[in-house]
Amino acid sequence: MSSGSPMDARSAILGKIRRALRVTAEDPIRNAAVEARLNRAPKGVIPARGQLDEAGRVALFAQMAEHFAATTERVADAAAVPAAVAAYLRGHNLPAEIRMGEDAVLNAMPWPKTQIDVRHGPADGRDAVGLSRATAAVAESGTLVMTSGQDNPTTLNFLPETSVVVLEAAAVAGDYESVWATLRKRYGKGVLPRTVNMVTGPSRSADIEQKLQLGAHGPRNLHIIIVG
Amino acid sequence: MVAITSPAFKANAKVALHDANLQQALTHVRSNFIVRRAAAAAALPEFDALRDSSRDIKNHTLANLDLYLEAYEEKVVESGGVVHFAETGEQARDIILAICRNAGARTVTKGKTMIGEEIELNEHLEAAGIQPIETDLGEYIIQLRHEPPSHILAPAVHLTQKQVEDDFRRAHTHLDPNRDLGEARDLLAEARLILRQRFLDADVGITGANFLVAETGTSIIATNEGNGDLTQTLPRVHIVLASIEKVVPTLEDVSQILRVLARSATGQDITTYTTFSTGPRRKDDPDGPEEYHVVILDNGRSEMLGSQFQDMLRCIRCAACMNHCPVYQEVGGHAYGWVYPGPMGAVLTPKLIGIDKAGNLPNASTFCGRCEAVCPMRIPLPGMMRHWREREYERHLQPATYRWGLGVWAFFARRPALYQWATGLAMRALGNVGHRKGRFRALPLAGGWTRYRDFPAPAGQTFQEMWRDRQRAAGGAKS
Repeated sequence: MSSGSPMDARSAILGKIRRALRVTAEDPIRNAAVEARLNRAPKGVIPARGQLDEAGRVALFAQMAEHFAATTERVADAAAVPAAVAAYLRGHNLPAEIRMGEDAVLNAMPWPKTQIDVRHGPADGRDAVGLSRATAAVAESGTLVMTSGQDNPTTLNFLPETSVVVLEAAAVAGDYESVWATLRKRYGKGVLPRTVNMVTGPSRSADIEQKLQLGAHGPRNLHIIIVG
Repeated sequence: MVAITSPAFKANAKVALHDANLQQALTHVRSNFIVRRAAAAAALPEFDALRDSSRDIKNHTLANLDLYLEAYEEKVVESGGVVHFAETGEQARDIILAICRNAGARTVTKGKTMIGEEIELNEHLEAAGIQPIETDLGEYIIQLRHEPPSHILAPAVHLTQKQVEDDFRRAHTHLDPNRDLGEARDLLAEARLILRQRFLDADVGITGANFLVAETGTSIIATNEGNGDLTQTLPRVHIVLASIEKVVPTLEDVSQILRVLARSATGQDITTYTTFSTGPRRKDDPDGPEEYHVVILDNGRSEMLGSQFQDMLRCIRCAACMNHCPVYQEVGGHAYGWVYPGPMGAVLTPKLIGIDKAGNLPNASTFCGRCEAVCPMRIPLPGMMRHWREREYERHLQPATYRWGLGVWAFFARRPALYQWATGLAMRALGNVGHRKGRFRALPLAGGWTRYRDFPAPAGQTFQEMWRDRQRAAGGAKS
């Protein structure tokens, strides 16, 4: 596989680290400290900013997301989402076509009541608009949390020029730590889905003379529909 | 091949100071980065507490780095990924090349990785007939120019917009000469168009990692453009290239550090995309790579543990130190002569390429302390530059005149009476001669100073003489 045996490099590096630190692999105190931290995952400093009730969290989330150049709107319930998407597409001169995954909540929405052509599956680079449902969000920084899988393929968050995301108000957490607690409940301790995307606004670059430009390689527009 | 020009720092700096394009481009570092970081720090009351917390997390991790690397490796394997360890850059390149060959790769897309620069990965891929394509806008621009990055966040920060336009017109031969590329957004759109197909065509995607999480076996990239995500999602094989000190224990721990990273770097609360990747695509996943490899590089870092330079391994590559450095602000990144510029480079580079080659870098400092003041991980950068200066002196690496001058000074300094007599004599002489103009345009033995600035004429007395006179006068008045 490589020059020399890969196992040699591994034991050489671990050996060098132990010699430099003047420690052993067996030291029970160190092992206990590491195990305790991995198991307990202590929280550190949590900013007060996001520690609000649900209404406060949703308001702060929308404010922060807009600060980072996303657009947001709020609808009463899931049944109102397709009409909101249709209005957004019309308002931005976009074709009445979206690409989305197999998310059951999105699938149950009344799409046939609109003129939108709904296609399913991952994005292939030709879709103008991707629709996803967020797993959670973080009020503190206006951040969406998207998880990969058949329901919401990762490519939908990056390839289409416009990304529309459905977010339930109850899924808005105050801080990142609360989201990790939710994911541990769903996937198990120490397990994450293949990809967790934290998304804060549309893609951007300031690589030319530090001038901020929206729409680098990811979406140029990020529209968030908050439900409930 | 990235030639090391660190030994020529002084000559590089001189060229940089007279480079009009560079000086124009550097004005953006001096203003934007500093203002944005200050605003972000001020907007979060817990910012300094988070810096302390982040420092403590990294200290704990480094003290147990062997155990956390083992825990991390176990989780990667559990999720279906492969971990490769590399002691040297050469080993890392061989591992990556073998994976690429195994995948039958013709083109490789790349997210920004400083370690990729450190091990000269692109040059070696090209030599093996595999085309590396940089996808970060700044990296793409410097790849067109065959230049190394001049900044660890904004690799093309040394260039003006006009220079980028000229490069695009030269390299993108399909461009209509009448097409308007006068705005930054036109250039970005052009790069997006060109790179989109490259993303879809690539066989392998290589990214760096801002962090590795031991709890879950996850690699994290923090980016703004979305290029890193397309790089690691679309090709059949994803290779993560990371160094040993990138590991952190838990998701909670990395959340602490993420809160100081983007604020210190660009003044954002968090980067647009912070992506957590764990293993290859799962059974029912419709996208994502089929193979997931992590190459963990040492390249001399393990030797920093337990040494005066251990604190440097806390560095999260935010670039706040160079953005705030008065030397970097004047000369830019290329003058430093290797991959890592600014204060963090002045500490890291001597370790990675040798103090004999990089001895100038720890000397390229005014010791103003701004780098340490803004470092989110509270790394004592000036103190470590001082350690390098001491080592350089011990190893007799400075010029003979420098050592001779210090020797003369030390002779007098150890003999206070002689020192006072000699300095008193010198001050009177200089004071008399320079009295009229108040300054010297040239001084014997101080040409290095007076070539660029005037030397103020002394008052004609030493500080100690003035102090004695003043004490005497005060004492007389009292009695």
